[in-house]
Amino acid sequence: MGEFKVHRVRFFNYVPSGIRCVAYNNQSNRLAVSRTDGTVEIYNLSANYFQEKFFPGHESRATEALCWAKGQRLFSGGLNGEIIEYDLQALNIKYAMDAFGGPIWSMAVSPCGSQLLVGCEDGSVKLFQITPDKIQFERNFDRQKRSAVHKMLVDRQYMGVSKRKCIIWGVAFLSDGTVISVDSAGKVQFWDSATGTLVKNHLIANADVQSIAVSDQEDSFVVGTAEGTVFHFQLVSVTSNSSEKQWVRTKPFQHHTHDVRAVAHSPTALISGGTDTHLVIRPLMEKVEVKNYDAALRKITFPHRRLISCSKKRHLLLFQFAHHLELWRLGSTVATGKNGDTLPLSKDADHLLHLKTKGPENIICSCISPCGSWIAYSTTSRFFLYRLNYEHDNISLQRVSKMPAFLRSALQILFSEDSTKLFVASNQGSLHIIRLLEGSFKHLHTFQPQSGTVESMCLLAVSPDGNWLAASGTSAGVHVYNIKHLKLHCTVPAYNFPVTALAIAPSTNNLVIAHSDQQVFEYSIPDKQYTEWSRTIQKQGFHYLWLQRDTPITHISFHPKRPMHILLHDAYMFCIIDKSLPLPNDKTLLYNPLPPTNESDVIRRRTAHAFKISKIYKPLLFMDLLDERTLVAVERPLDDIIAQLPPPIKKKKFGT
Amino acid sequence: MAALEEEFTLSTVPLGAGPNGLLGVEQSDKTDQFLVTHGGRTVILYKVSDQKPLGSWSVKQGQIITCPAVCNFQTGEFIVVHDNKVLRIWNTENVNLDKVFKATLSAEIYRIHSIQGTEPLVLFKEGAVRGLEALLAEPQQKIETVVSDDEVIKWTKVFMVFRHPVLIFITEKHGNHFAYIQTFSSRTLSKYTLFHGQEEKSVIQNFTASVDRKFISLMSLSSDGCVYETLIPIHPRDPDENQRVVRSLLLKTVVAGNAPSGVALTVLDQDHVAVLGPPLPASKECLSIWNTKFQTLQTSRELPQGTSGQLWYFGENLFMLHGKFLTVIPYKCEVSSLAGALGKLKHSQDPGTHTVPHFVNWETSRGYGFGSQNSEQSKRILRRRKIEVNVPPPAFEQLLSTIKKDSEKDIEVELCKFLAVKRTPDFHAIVGDIVLELLGRHTTEPSFYPRNSLMQLIQTHVLSYSLCPGLMEAALEKTDVQMLQLCLQQFPDIPESITCACLKIFLSISDDSLQETEINMESVSDCSDPVQEKMDEQTEILQNGFNADEQNCDSCDRKLNQKPQDAAEETTSCPVVPKRAALLRNAILHSAYSEMFLLPHLKDIPAQHVTLFLQYLYFLYLKCSENATMTLPGLHPPTLNQIMDWICLLLDANFTVVVMIPEAKRLLLSLYKFVKSQICICSELNKIEVSFRELQKLNQEKNNRELYSIEVLELF
Repeated sequence: MGEFKVHRVRFFNYVPSGIRCVAYNNQSNRLAVSRTDGTVEIYNLSANYFQEKFFPGHESRATEALCWAKGQRLFSGGLNGEIIEYDLQALNIKYAMDAFGGPIWSMAVSPCGSQLLVGCEDGSVKLFQITPDKIQFERNFDRQKRSAVHKMLVDRQYMGVSKRKCIIWGVAFLSDGTVISVDSAGKVQFWDSATGTLVKNHLIANADVQSIAVSDQEDSFVVGTAEGTVFHFQLVSVTSNSSEKQWVRTKPFQHHTHDVRAVAHSPTALISGGTDTHLVIRPLMEKVEVKNYDAALRKITFPHRRLISCSKKRHLLLFQFAHHLELWRLGSTVATGKNGDTLPLSKDADHLLHLKTKGPENIICSCISPCGSWIAYSTTSRFFLYRLNYEHDNISLQRVSKMPAFLRSALQILFSEDSTKLFVASNQGSLHIIRLLEGSFKHLHTFQPQSGTVESMCLLAVSPDGNWLAASGTSAGVHVYNIKHLKLHCTVPAYNFPVTALAIAPSTNNLVIAHSDQQVFEYSIPDKQYTEWSRTIQKQGFHYLWLQRDTPITHISFHPKRPMHILLHDAYMFCIIDKSLPLPNDKTLLYNPLPPTNESDVIRRRTAHAFKISKIYKPLLFMDLLDERTLVAVERPLDDIIAQLPPPIKKKKFGT
Repeated sequence: MAALEEEFTLSTVPLGAGPNGLLGVEQSDKTDQFLVTHGGRTVILYKVSDQKPLGSWSVKQGQIITCPAVCNFQTGEFIVVHDNKVLRIWNTENVNLDKVFKATLSAEIYRIHSIQGTEPLVLFKEGAVRGLEALLAEPQQKIETVVSDDEVIKWTKVFMVFRHPVLIFITEKHGNHFAYIQTFSSRTLSKYTLFHGQEEKSVIQNFTASVDRKFISLMSLSSDGCVYETLIPIHPRDPDENQRVVRSLLLKTVVAGNAPSGVALTVLDQDHVAVLGPPLPASKECLSIWNTKFQTLQTSRELPQGTSGQLWYFGENLFMLHGKFLTVIPYKCEVSSLAGALGKLKHSQDPGTHTVPHFVNWETSRGYGFGSQNSEQSKRILRRRKIEVNVPPPAFEQLLSTIKKDSEKDIEVELCKFLAVKRTPDFHAIVGDIVLELLGRHTTEPSFYPRNSLMQLIQTHVLSYSLCPGLMEAALEKTDVQMLQLCLQQFPDIPESITCACLKIFLSISDDSLQETEINMESVSDCSDPVQEKMDEQTEILQNGFNADEQNCDSCDRKLNQKPQDAAEETTSCPVVPKRAALLRNAILHSAYSEMFLLPHLKDIPAQHVTLFLQYLYFLYLKCSENATMTLPGLHPPTLNQIMDWICLLLDANFTVVVMIPEAKRLLLSLYKFVKSQICICSELNKIEVSFRELQKLNQEKNNRELYSIEVLELF
């Protein structure tokens, strides 16, 4: 199949932010997750848990509360005291409104979904009416001392935090009048709201119980503790034939090492997230009807988008962090070796550049041009373009000033293969094409979104000959534009699952599309139809192990000399699809790591199939071909991330 | 109940019997698809539910297929052998067998076996067995000879046992039969001589076999028409030795003796076999299903056009040649009940259906002769059973009324009848009501104490404390320790106050009255034997390996060391009589409790009893520490944690009292020393943990590869 020299890179010092809140929306089966840096991510639980949208974070906007309201509107509140509504179509912030009560600690929506309650630092609870395009302040519940419990009943559901000796981290109010509280003493307590008396007390942890979420049926709830444990409580009958029911702690789960700051309860799963940055989705086996792969535990650690771009010509890697970019030059070797060897380096990798952003906003996207002389990145409000000059070992950076007004915020940036054009997907659904000249630029054209759609494009791909541009949003099909004639060429039919990666093959101009359900399509742009190979694999179906992978394909590339090869990778494997070989069926061994020397030639001949998979590099954040015989793989070992997290609560192993 | 469904014909091509007839039917990797190998040149893949062929392959003119085609379940490919030595491997996409993969082997093949979960296994005529992949890697490898000259393989089958294949084949030499078992997990081949027993003259005509965890049950159909069973161990004690196995009669005269045409036998499941052959010398051939457990005929189907004596069973289908056509009869077997089996017997005796000649009276033991009078007898049995079923079971109300007025003996009898009836879903509630009724009479009539009945009810394992609240109180009142022990063992929900009351009785009851009672002494005797050990060893165990002399050299240590003899006695002999030990150990220590509720009740126990119990607990602890796993011998021993929890509870509740009692002083001192050494260990362990973590960190750093490297990767 081929031998490659692999630049194995582990110096991408990326640490995901801890999870602060999670909110589950039952209607759309989507999950909103906010992180400590203010980023809000939307996961589509129906589309194989794909992270389909994200809103970049902001230094001053630490999110402390997150909730969905009627009509799938998403609100958050944070330490800056603002209530924010997110535009899930245009992927930007619709508006921010100050609640005038200091930092917001908690937020809840009334059961009918038309009123929003926020709990503020000054002790007040404010009620807002949700109008079709905004929210409107309605009334203020004044600061209360201990009797606040009874005021909370107004809207039957309230999540509140108040500071006392023992801090109540969360409460839930059930329709039968039971109040459940979780607190810093490790207790889960059940109260009778009518009499204000304690009904039951569960001591479940030696540390804080930080979060609680109740299922819609109010027959089970989940709590998360600072020890990383998640407990499931269920309402079960006392005896088999009596109607009397009791809350019983049923299952403990330990999928986290650190504080579980947020939990959510979907009809079929417990969802938890916390300081250790993992989002864990634990299906409840008794609620899962079909025991298929969806019943498996999911642990999502890395974003489902690319944070790395690569300049093939100069062997450069550009790493994107929340507030800075790093540019590295790969090393080199003159040695050769056989499979598995580590070659001696004749030149080590260099850290060339550390580019810090201005302002408090997180970087949305970044890109380095294939020639290595341009770097572009964007935050929510500004677009930056830099020109890099290389003189021997020195590198100089020059910002291209006076960016046009329409280039404010980009969701995706891409350079053409010859680095003469820059493609920018803005958050209004439009695509800008800019010609790059030595040190300056010229706006060539803007493709406006089709009338009636406001969906933003998140993925771009350009053909190596520079003639075609493919762009995809989160749900509608992939649009292909002709760059020469500056018009829409065709639209690939929409598919049920979101696109996770796009690429256009050299010479054939076949568009390869990976979807979150692990399907891969190949679409011929000149012929405006799916290729024969794509039809064949759709007819036969992918290998079941291929479909069971639980991370999406995030990057597709091609071999310059072998047109039959497609390279793609997810977080746990990298694969070369050789279209000339027969497709594997479910009987075939999909992943065969053994070198053929161990087996006879007969078996090898009979078992060769199109999918050549390597699982050596993981978790794999980026992989691409630098040239015919050289690959670059960027790994981020989980141990390195854990080493950068604060130490977890120490549990004594011996003694008491 | 086993049943045969409507038959249907699979092949439209007429087939001849014998070498040009059917060679074999094998499963394919897809359900409902079967490979049928016609003797001669053709292999056809059929979809049985559609009754149509999906593909057909033939070998060239002049070649002849010598072994049924099989499917390799791991790759989905088909394998066939022609001209004894040539292997062909193909899949559904291939059209011409001439152009597919071919391997010529160095020896003649008897059969290829392929079952789910393993690669195909090739059995050579000389008895050697090879995996297919190994064979394909080197087709011309030398194949050893296993069987002797003139020995011919008659039959073979392969099983999966604990995920490893086990192959059995039967050979014949001069009328003697030998069984060879080849296991692949341990790569052993063992040989058995099949010993015929008394029926020397009969000739074995057909074999079938099934397997359980330890034995292969080989069934053979003899020319006398009977089915014999031979149990062959899968893992022989001495694999080198040629062992003999004896066969025993399983079913008598299932086919007519010396049937002219072929007879066949195949195992359907644990209890059922299918037999092909004429049931009477003159009758037409029949397919019959027999239950081997009850030795009853379950169902049968006449095959008037005759068969070839070949029978295959896969999934739910029986395949056979009926006349000249391959016929499929779906077979279903639902869980059979005794009533169902009897009902079938009755049904099969309906006049007009003459096809079934005999049935077996399953009440007479196996091997008994049976004739015409048997049928009458069983008819009678049937009638009697039916009558019994019609009589309503002794109703619950009836039992209650008996309880109200009759004597204890009568109640026992009625209760036995009641318990013999099948349990209903609300059985536990009914049993609870019975107990309450008995107790109700006990309260009104104190002399009435139906001990045996109550014991019997408790032993139904369905009672709990909450179902019969008064029971334990009554037993406490009567100081019925046996009943209390039973309750403590059976009930999951005894309140702490009752547990404590039981404990009080167990501790205070005199040794003499204990001797009179019957107490379950389960595994108590094992650990109450005095163990003669030297004092030095004891103290060492006591301190868990810590040298007390260096660090903890305080007064109590010295005091203890001054009286080594006493201490030794204290630690090695059980402080209570075995019966009391049994009560404490098997009942009290296992009971569930919540500390908060138990503590106040423990305070009520007199001081000398507390001391006694503490001594016993301490004795148990020392017993525990005698072995490395820290467990007590015997069945269901209390765990070390349970013992420790009880020691702590007792001390918590009664410390101020116990500390004043002179007899308890030594005990407290040794406990004190023990705790001190434990604390010592824990602090040391905590120290070690820190250093371990540092070591781990160092180790991780070493394992952590550098941040950047260039490696070589080859993809295959």
